[in-house]
Amino acid sequence: MNTSLSWIKRYVPDLDVTAQEYTNAMTLSGTKVKRFKKLDENLESIFIGQIKKIKRHPDADKLIVCQVNIGRETIQIVTGASNVKEGDKVPVVLDGGKVAGRHDGVLTSGGIKIKAEKLRGIESNGMMCSIEELGSSRKFYPEAFEPGIYIFPENVQVGSNAIHVLGLNDVIFEYEITSNRIDCYSVLGIARETAATFCKKFRPPVVAKTGNSEKVSDYIHVTVEDVELCSRYCARVVKNVKIGPSPKWLQWCLRANGIRPINNLVDITNYVMEEYGQPLHAYDLDTISGHEIIVRRAKKDEKFVTLDGQERQMNENVLMICDQKKAVGIAGIMGGKNSMITDQVRTVLFEAACFNGTNIRLSSKRIGLCTNASWKFSKGLDPNNAEAAIDRICQLMEEISVGEVIGGMVDCYLVKREPSRVVFEPDRINKVLGTKISNRQMLDYLKLVELVYDEEKNEIVVPTFRQDIHRTEDLAEEVARFYGYDNIPTTLPSGVVTTGKLPVELRVETKVKDVAEYCGFFQSMCYSFESPKVFDKLRIPAGDPLRETVTIMNPLGEDFSIMRTTSMNGMLTALATNYKRRNKNVRLYELGNVYLPKQLPIRDLPEERMKFTCGMYGKGDFYDMKGVIEIFFEQVGMNRRTKYDRNAGQHFFHPGRQALVQYEDAIVGFLGEIHPEVAEAYGIGVRAYVAVIDLPTILKFANFNRKYEEIAHFPAVTRDLSLIVPKDIQASQIEDIIFQKGGTILESLRLFDVYENAQNQKGHKSIAYSAVFRSKEKTLEEQEVSEIIKEILNGLAELGIELRQ
Amino acid sequence: MNENSMKEKIEGIVKKALDSMNTTNSLDTLNEIRVAVLGKKGQLTAVLKGMKDVPLKERPKVGQMVNDARSSIAKTLKKVKEKLERDQLEQKLAMEVIDVTLPAKKAQVGKRHPNSITLEKVEQIFIGMGYEVIQGPEVEYALYNFEKLNIPANHPAKDEQDTFYITKNIVLRTQTSPCQVRVMEQGKLPIRMLSPGRVFRSDEVDATHSPSFHQVEGLVVDKHITFADLKGTLAQFARELFGPEIKIKFRPHYFPFTEPSAEMDVSCFKCTEKGCRFCQGSGWIEILGCGMVHPHVFEMCNIDPEEYTGFAFGMGLERIVLLKYEIDDMRLLYENDYRFLK
Repeated sequence: MNTSLSWIKRYVPDLDVTAQEYTNAMTLSGTKVKRFKKLDENLESIFIGQIKKIKRHPDADKLIVCQVNIGRETIQIVTGASNVKEGDKVPVVLDGGKVAGRHDGVLTSGGIKIKAEKLRGIESNGMMCSIEELGSSRKFYPEAFEPGIYIFPENVQVGSNAIHVLGLNDVIFEYEITSNRIDCYSVLGIARETAATFCKKFRPPVVAKTGNSEKVSDYIHVTVEDVELCSRYCARVVKNVKIGPSPKWLQWCLRANGIRPINNLVDITNYVMEEYGQPLHAYDLDTISGHEIIVRRAKKDEKFVTLDGQERQMNENVLMICDQKKAVGIAGIMGGKNSMITDQVRTVLFEAACFNGTNIRLSSKRIGLCTNASWKFSKGLDPNNAEAAIDRICQLMEEISVGEVIGGMVDCYLVKREPSRVVFEPDRINKVLGTKISNRQMLDYLKLVELVYDEEKNEIVVPTFRQDIHRTEDLAEEVARFYGYDNIPTTLPSGVVTTGKLPVELRVETKVKDVAEYCGFFQSMCYSFESPKVFDKLRIPAGDPLRETVTIMNPLGEDFSIMRTTSMNGMLTALATNYKRRNKNVRLYELGNVYLPKQLPIRDLPEERMKFTCGMYGKGDFYDMKGVIEIFFEQVGMNRRTKYDRNAGQHFFHPGRQALVQYEDAIVGFLGEIHPEVAEAYGIGVRAYVAVIDLPTILKFANFNRKYEEIAHFPAVTRDLSLIVPKDIQASQIEDIIFQKGGTILESLRLFDVYENAQNQKGHKSIAYSAVFRSKEKTLEEQEVSEIIKEILNGLAELGIELRQ
Repeated sequence: MNENSMKEKIEGIVKKALDSMNTTNSLDTLNEIRVAVLGKKGQLTAVLKGMKDVPLKERPKVGQMVNDARSSIAKTLKKVKEKLERDQLEQKLAMEVIDVTLPAKKAQVGKRHPNSITLEKVEQIFIGMGYEVIQGPEVEYALYNFEKLNIPANHPAKDEQDTFYITKNIVLRTQTSPCQVRVMEQGKLPIRMLSPGRVFRSDEVDATHSPSFHQVEGLVVDKHITFADLKGTLAQFARELFGPEIKIKFRPHYFPFTEPSAEMDVSCFKCTEKGCRFCQGSGWIEILGCGMVHPHVFEMCNIDPEEYTGFAFGMGLERIVLLKYEIDDMRLLYENDYRFLK
């Protein structure tokens, strides 16, 4: 929404502020001004001059030398323009003045300074300007020559300020109107706010009765078939229409919203639409068959040619404006080509209606046609505004002598909307705001925006254009706006003291971040949605539960159409991005949900599980990844032995290099080396490793309580076990036995060497452990330890493991 | 042998030993001298062994002479040894000089995502003010995302062009406020909560939009909560997040779930209100939306709006991240380029 300052001043004549003051004050009272543009920002010393004499330049074919009367004197100007003749009145920028841009319409920041100079030896003391040099364009000044100097009509005063005569001494404000303030999508609405903000008198147009003694009902009959979609339909008729240009002041008002002047009829319609925020439509009455308007829903697959010449397809939810034979317009969106106004129009039918906002919004979307009118309607308009607007248009038709207005108005308005009422509760207003504003002051503020107090009933009467006010809190906002948000005190909440805290989930996540970062991993972030194609990329077999997804009905595209069930794709995509960009030794981690449907089709919310995913390539291998997991477990108090099951069954991993991570018989995650086929599918040309830990499972075991454990008093006995082991035995099998046989006095066990070489018996490897034994009660006897070692060795012998001799 | 000839012999040994000790510059040589003179087969020991040839009467004297000689040699030996050791150490240290300006060796330590760093800071500030962080589901019932937040059934915000739908009744939440509704419904009052999290809107990816981003919303419900409290709380938050110099401004605004509503601007921390590209020349940056909880929202959660009032606020995390880190393009946050994350 835009307005010019001059348009606002038509209704708030006492307003006297700078553009910046206006911007600041309006923004603070709730009508946010996003930016403003001064039309004369870079225009200085520009006056109307009249060309007295033109001579050819003696030394240049394309230049002429003009004697220009600028009122107080006559100056000489050399120009290359070819459209001027003696007697023409033109804008002249004097020596030392400024213009906004070049004649090709390119604006220069700060403007262009004009100086007296010699052009091919002849003195030139200024410059005659085109409309582009004045910072505007032929769009808004259609009478301007192309290309060439702007030429004024004859009646302008020589020596007067050209900027003023052209209406360029104005400011355009661009507003950001909130969606509840439908009334402010109009110049009058903003002017009302302006008057209230600056405490000036608001003077909306006074519309007296218009029309001749004829009856409009003799010209047009209106039937509304669908009252739900059209709560009001007003029609008036103007005859003997004479199409011509509209007055300049009106054209300049339209300029604020970028509306190009066309002719008096169109311009007035647009003017009132902006002024009242009420869309209006004009039909050529002679094209309306039977002189009847019928408002009905479209028929299934009805086709209609709009006034832009395009054929469009309707459906039964689209409301149409029809005559006795045919449709003549899509209600609230666009008129038809068959009834549009041409220069030959004699009698005009004006329509001001109130259509259902939601229906217009949906229809506009369905047809794929969004217009200024449909946009305004979709906000949901005040039916009482329709009458005001159509009367205003008739007033202007008379004032500007466009045609003869027929008396009366056809009005289909079944249920009249009345002003609503809200009980005035000043104490509650002060209680919500934390202020001590007096009743009198509150009522004064409310009155500024036409919220009038009914003392007898202690109620505030809310006019129908304020559809946003329903209860005391809404009045509180009105009071606060004009009291000033800045003037409301600044306090801190009183009342019960509460304890701030992080839930345990987030405490675990903090640990995740700390550990991952300590291990050299950087946090990445991935989207929650991805393509269903990722399952093939990840070698997930058909029928796998991971393929059962929460699917978005209206995705941005197939690539973002399913909620992820695994974090693998996100991590591999991130690694691949880095690999393609030749980043070396990359380590990333991610904390993000996967979304698992509880059943298909979806009826309930899916299960959201937070996954801690680590991925890396370059330096480091499977065991580094395992280290990250174990450090994390230690940090969250999971001090029991973690087990790894090589039969992890993950298709995206190397079959021989993957493991399920088990803690206390729960599977808490998995890790592995990426399967070469998967790596290739993602474009990762090196070995990559990924670990995924399920945080909800971790939560069951995580424990942040720490207890002091007494430091051992008695000496430890350390024994090294160097073992010859059949190749397919895993370290965990050996450890299971050592732990089982070692009992309570086995304090710790550390594998310190694994090797396979030629000295070994074929099919065997060497593994060496260091076992520490200690008792809490006494100093261990050599013999006690030896007994246990013997038991361990006996146990190991069953797996074909021997002590190295 | 008599006393004199013994004395001569001992003095000879001592003199020779002292001379060679004082002239040597090697610890090895020094040790050789020690062994040659004081050792088991050394010269002085030999003298003692030759004692049997000395007349009995003179033996004590000779013994005394040998001992004196021994201690005199030992003393010098110690002195020379210390000096040589010191010399040797100094020499070693001189040899071991390193170039301290060569590069340091560092273990790589990872970093949090800018979103996390900022979010943790915001969380800390509010935890300090007694807020509990509470999370809710990202896939949410439309009822909680819209209706219970006073967004009526035919509101444009519910359009498919803004919201991702899973079914007619289930959406990807467009804000984290549904989580606040869930807490209010539980009815445990008072409430001071912060609900950060991922939200989704149907925006194509560009420099300032992403279909998935993060919000941090807060809610306070208690008796006697006022708009003035809202102002005070957010002012304190802004000062802690952006620094004590920051200025704030509240502007009226509109949100369906609050009334009165406001937007809070902070003075541009890049240009200190002079106007720059971050504040688009205005000197102020829009940071968050806020307001007093709409009484109808309370009613839908069975909280009596006559007894309780409250305020709520919400901000886009990425917006603050982009401002704080002077990042021009939101896409960088989700590209996961190592060089960016570093």
